[in-house]
Amino acid sequence: MEVTKEEITHLASLSNFSLGAEEITKLKADLENILRYISKLDELDVKGVEPTYQVFEMENVWRPDEIIAQDADREALLNLAKDSEDHQIKVPKVL
Amino acid sequence: MKIADKKTTAVSLVEASLKRIEETKDYNIFTFIDKDQALKKAQAIDDKIKKGENPGKLAGVPYALKANFLSKNRPADASAKILTEFISPVDSTTAEKLDKEGAICVGCVNLDAFAHGSSTENSYYGPTKNAKDKTRVAGGSSGGSAVAVALDCVEFATGSDTGGSIRQPASFNGVFGIKPTYGAISRYGVVAMASSLDVIGFFAKSAADLDLLMSVTAGKDEKDQTTLPDFYGSNDTELKKKSVGFIKEFMASEALDPEIKSALETKLAKLKDKGYKIVELSMPTLEYALAAYYIIQPAEVASNLSRYDGIRYGFRTENLKADDKTPLDLLFENTRSEGFMPENKRRIMIGNFVLSSGFYDAYFLKAAKARTLIIDEFNKAFADVDAILTPVSPNPAFKLGEKISDPVAMYLEDVMSVPVNLAGLPAVAFPVGENKAGLPLGLQIIGPRRSDKNLLKLTEELA
Repeated sequence: MEVTKEEITHLASLSNFSLGAEEITKLKADLENILRYISKLDELDVKGVEPTYQVFEMENVWRPDEIIAQDADREALLNLAKDSEDHQIKVPKVL
Repeated sequence: MKIADKKTTAVSLVEASLKRIEETKDYNIFTFIDKDQALKKAQAIDDKIKKGENPGKLAGVPYALKANFLSKNRPADASAKILTEFISPVDSTTAEKLDKEGAICVGCVNLDAFAHGSSTENSYYGPTKNAKDKTRVAGGSSGGSAVAVALDCVEFATGSDTGGSIRQPASFNGVFGIKPTYGAISRYGVVAMASSLDVIGFFAKSAADLDLLMSVTAGKDEKDQTTLPDFYGSNDTELKKKSVGFIKEFMASEALDPEIKSALETKLAKLKDKGYKIVELSMPTLEYALAAYYIIQPAEVASNLSRYDGIRYGFRTENLKADDKTPLDLLFENTRSEGFMPENKRRIMIGNFVLSSGFYDAYFLKAAKARTLIIDEFNKAFADVDAILTPVSPNPAFKLGEKISDPVAMYLEDVMSVPVNLAGLPAVAFPVGENKAGLPLGLQIIGPRRSDKNLLKLTEELA
């Protein structure tokens, strides 16, 4: 399966990163190889088979809507951010 | 794995561990060494013992955390640039439980960034080297954990296994590793990779040690709604049939190393001598497991890694200048461009590809249906056998650099380990000696869900 350079750039933008020219060439070849391999699934007959999305045997785990104590406080969490002001995380200009 | 016999002290155990870490520095195992804290805790344990207080089931035992486990005031960067500078404000449930039983964390160990890889070569800190041959890979993604145990830096190490990340490095370095039943151990505080596949497990030097670690860490956790109700040690699935299977298609695989094949045949003969019935299983759908895995796993990776944006924690780009984009957009884009390793980018892009509208049915949905067929095939097998003995990987440890530029060749490393994750089953990897070149060989024993403890018992018989 061929993947165009435009498709690679589009996928990168969906993934929220940008790629250099060299990266695009390498990823194009890699993705084509990987897609060729996973297309092996075409050989498999799955007609009438239900999909499995998870293998956890429990369903609808309920618990009271109460806060379970976490040991990190507000200050500790704010300190992790590169920039904060007045107890809020600061980001660069949005517009 | 106990110091309760009073022949030694926690401080001397930790000192020996730190010395060994220093001696093995050129293997590139540890990404962080917590010397002062470890010695302080060891002293506290020794004081407790002196006073006659209960120091816990793992008192004084030095261990290493795979660096994708969060533990308070230690870095937890998953060997990924985008998480550098992240010092955890919380403990993962596993680290908390181990500490409570007196185990002493001496540091954090290397992995493929975000656990994406089968060799530890995708780490931001460079590869960890194989315990038996420095020109070869440690395996991965938990390469640091396996080598730390193999070279006696620690008594045990934590790991995570999404497609073989505990079992393959265990077999490459000649140690024991358990990939428990999906949901057996809390994942709270562990960096998520692919949520329907990820499990927490351990590396140690014996099945008995793994059993002790499971008994301390398994169980329901209010902080992780995907933990199963407590079953380990009390409500396990019994292995009553006295019958063990092997997979015909794996044995016939051209990729399978002849020495691994013969080691497996030797173990089957041993089981037969012990009165087990040996059953040849045909499991033709497993041939498609790797393809299904490399659709489902990247899809979940793409979702889980979308949270890394440079805003709340970790690395943030300095590069915010461009005419056509807002500074905030550039912050996201450049943080991610600079912060992810090439393999992280490949997986995110594959994931977004198989989930995109035109391709969802052809790839993701089809893989989810293949997953059902694989689970059915295991269920059918477990109607006849208690457990299945297979290789962990088709070959022993390969050379550093040998597969790094060919992602599909690297993915094929996982061909015999991923079916277990797709079905949520427990499996134990154990060493079976070395090949002629002196490289460790490993096998895995796979059982039905919740048969973890009995698999470890069977491993003891086999090892």
